[in-house]
Amino acid sequence: MNFDFSDDQKLLRDQARKFLQDKCDRKSVRSILEDNQKNYDADLWSQISELGWTGTAIPEEYGGLGLGMLELCVIAEELGRALAPTPFSSSIYIFAEFLKSYGTDEQKKKYLPHIASGAKVGTFALSETNGKPKPNNIKTQHASGKLNGSKNPVSDGESADYIIVAANSDSNSNYNSLSLFIIDKNDSGVNISNLDTIDPTRPACTVDLKNVACERLGDEGSGWEMIDNIFNRAAVLFSFEQVGGAQVSLDEAKKYSLERFAFGKQIGAFQALKHKMADMYVKIELARSNAYYGAWALSTDSNELPIAAAGARVSASEAYNYASQENIQIHGGVGFTWEYDCHLFYRRSKLLSLNIGSIRQWKENLISNLEKRNIV
Amino acid sequence: MDFNDTPQEAEFRKKVRSFLEANAEKRSTLATKPKGDSGSSISSAGAPETVKGEDAAKVALDNAKEWQRKKADAGFAAILWPKEFGGYGGTPIEQVIYAQEEHDYFVHSGYFEIGIGMLGPTMMAWGKDEDKKRFLPKMITGEEIWCQLFSEPSAGSDLAGIRMKAEKDGDEWVLNGQKVWTSGAHFADYGMIVARSDPTALKHKGLTYFYVDMKTPGIEAKPIKQISGSANFNEVFFNDVRIPDSQRIGAEGDGWKVSLTTLMNERLAVGDPPGLDFDQIFEASKEIEVEDGLAVKNSEVRQKMADWYIQSRGLQYTKYRSMTALSKGQTPGPELSISKLVTASKMQDVSSYALDLMDMSGMVHQDQNPILKNLFQNGYFFSAAMRIAGGTDEVLRNIIAERVLGLPQDERSDKKLPFNELPSGKN
Repeated sequence: MNFDFSDDQKLLRDQARKFLQDKCDRKSVRSILEDNQKNYDADLWSQISELGWTGTAIPEEYGGLGLGMLELCVIAEELGRALAPTPFSSSIYIFAEFLKSYGTDEQKKKYLPHIASGAKVGTFALSETNGKPKPNNIKTQHASGKLNGSKNPVSDGESADYIIVAANSDSNSNYNSLSLFIIDKNDSGVNISNLDTIDPTRPACTVDLKNVACERLGDEGSGWEMIDNIFNRAAVLFSFEQVGGAQVSLDEAKKYSLERFAFGKQIGAFQALKHKMADMYVKIELARSNAYYGAWALSTDSNELPIAAAGARVSASEAYNYASQENIQIHGGVGFTWEYDCHLFYRRSKLLSLNIGSIRQWKENLISNLEKRNIV
Repeated sequence: MDFNDTPQEAEFRKKVRSFLEANAEKRSTLATKPKGDSGSSISSAGAPETVKGEDAAKVALDNAKEWQRKKADAGFAAILWPKEFGGYGGTPIEQVIYAQEEHDYFVHSGYFEIGIGMLGPTMMAWGKDEDKKRFLPKMITGEEIWCQLFSEPSAGSDLAGIRMKAEKDGDEWVLNGQKVWTSGAHFADYGMIVARSDPTALKHKGLTYFYVDMKTPGIEAKPIKQISGSANFNEVFFNDVRIPDSQRIGAEGDGWKVSLTTLMNERLAVGDPPGLDFDQIFEASKEIEVEDGLAVKNSEVRQKMADWYIQSRGLQYTKYRSMTALSKGQTPGPELSISKLVTASKMQDVSSYALDLMDMSGMVHQDQNPILKNLFQNGYFFSAAMRIAGGTDEVLRNIIAERVLGLPQDERSDKKLPFNELPSGKN
């Protein structure tokens, strides 16, 4: 049994943690949170790009380091712990994974080296309205090489240079109508307007498209299938990011409960709080183990991936939501002040549990994939 | 990252498999359970039943003893014990591998787990050489079965609060009092007991540890009928039970320290929790009709089942992480402490929710239904006990908070006063 990261991967984790403690402290997270003009920490982005993090799992022939998905999981956990305000997830977990899985060799050569070097940022535009994206609410249309429609919210859209857009390529609007297209944000038909997100360190925007030139990614009509697959891959990476944030939420709750005295003793000595923190620990450990299983499935291209990814996603989303909520509760009054950091995790946890589909949706994915496996 | 054995582990597993294949019957190949088997996986969890047909009980015990003897001959009866006492001299990961493999076979080791897992190691650590020579080999072969006489009516979670009197009379001790929740007391040959030898000392200082022959005059075991209807435990009464001082284990007043050795081994000794889990309700949901069709197609049911799936598999993968640590020769992390806490509540939620799905028919036992059987009716009762036995949910949360997270211990009023001056609610 070797259900753990390797010594090299652990070394990478230690280095990444140390680097982020230094370069991405709470002050720099808040500088993005509190500055409406800034969508991400550009200094941090260029430094982690120089370290090669952005190219971790991109093959060497396309300008990456050619390491595996496990290394990317390690980095994701550290980015989550540090609350790093960067478009890393949009560009690396999603855009790069789309290109790696479905790009032609030409497309890979065209896009991946810039993504790997961090010089360019990519993202993905799917949602158009309230509720779960599905065929009847995707209106963006592709015709004669041009896209028309409006997408919102698009994560990291303002920072992005390239956007993969989901659009109908026929007029049926069913599960076989959707195709994916890559656009250049500089196209004159692209109009961006910023949105306020519940976590401003993870921005989003509206992307309006008027006769925008595009190139198709992957097979025509196989959009939903590609999205499922890439969201499964991203779900594992996000689950590490979530576990990282959840762990820090627990650590900070614990720290505060040992410093704060009430009724003549440390509040961490009260069973009501001890038991709450024990429950946080339990949820986080289960999430970590589910994330590990996801990492194994992801790194081995196992056909268990849809189940493993959904398990990791649900478990990590719930653990982080719970840990960040109860971190505020354990802090008491100061927990809901702007000054204390609890809200940074509270914002981030909820945003991360929504960005590639809600917990509710992933639970449904989990059960329907289990049903499929049973039939096979 | 993979789930493979190391070459040494693979070799050990191969050895175990060939022993099991040659000597035991595999579960999956059995249409019905062999005669004398102590029941479904739920009621047999950990503790063999005490009340049932006497013949059946005897057959089950004889079968178990026969199996234990074979295991001991092959060297697998006590993987962690040193070879000088008949053990395998193996590693924790080898013990886990053996347990994994044996799990697939219809054999019974439950009668011997407390002895081999907890009491034997206590005797090794604290006992006299002549006692080790006399008792340990027969503990391994199953010739002599041991029980653990710790809990009392007024000492459950607060185990050090025991009141069983041990009074010295010359070279003898006289035991008076009552023990409770004792698995196997009615068929055990020997027991290990902790008793209060000095009520005027501090609570944790006035205890002394002994072993007793269960046939000693004055010992009487009575089964306790649980809400499930079965009886996995006994209460054991001690009435002027006289034992020689030579049966003392550890010094007078050191009983708590010795007990901790026993309890520390409890975690390793406690086997897999019984299986009423996601898989069972997922299967059942394909049979049960709710308002809009099959339960498995109902959105609320699916959401709930997903919760249980991630708990169930999360625990399984946590176990893999612990095995990895063992495999590398490290102490497993504290992750293991969450297992029973999660499992027991999950089982209660699953069984209660399944009965709800069954609607009116949930009221009645489902003996005749080939799919539902009595799974959820039994689980409903069993899980309530499981949340308490072997450490209540609350005690486990305290353990996680204090030992894993390093939070302060509760303030206690019982550490500074002599035992007989502590408030007890009974004086």
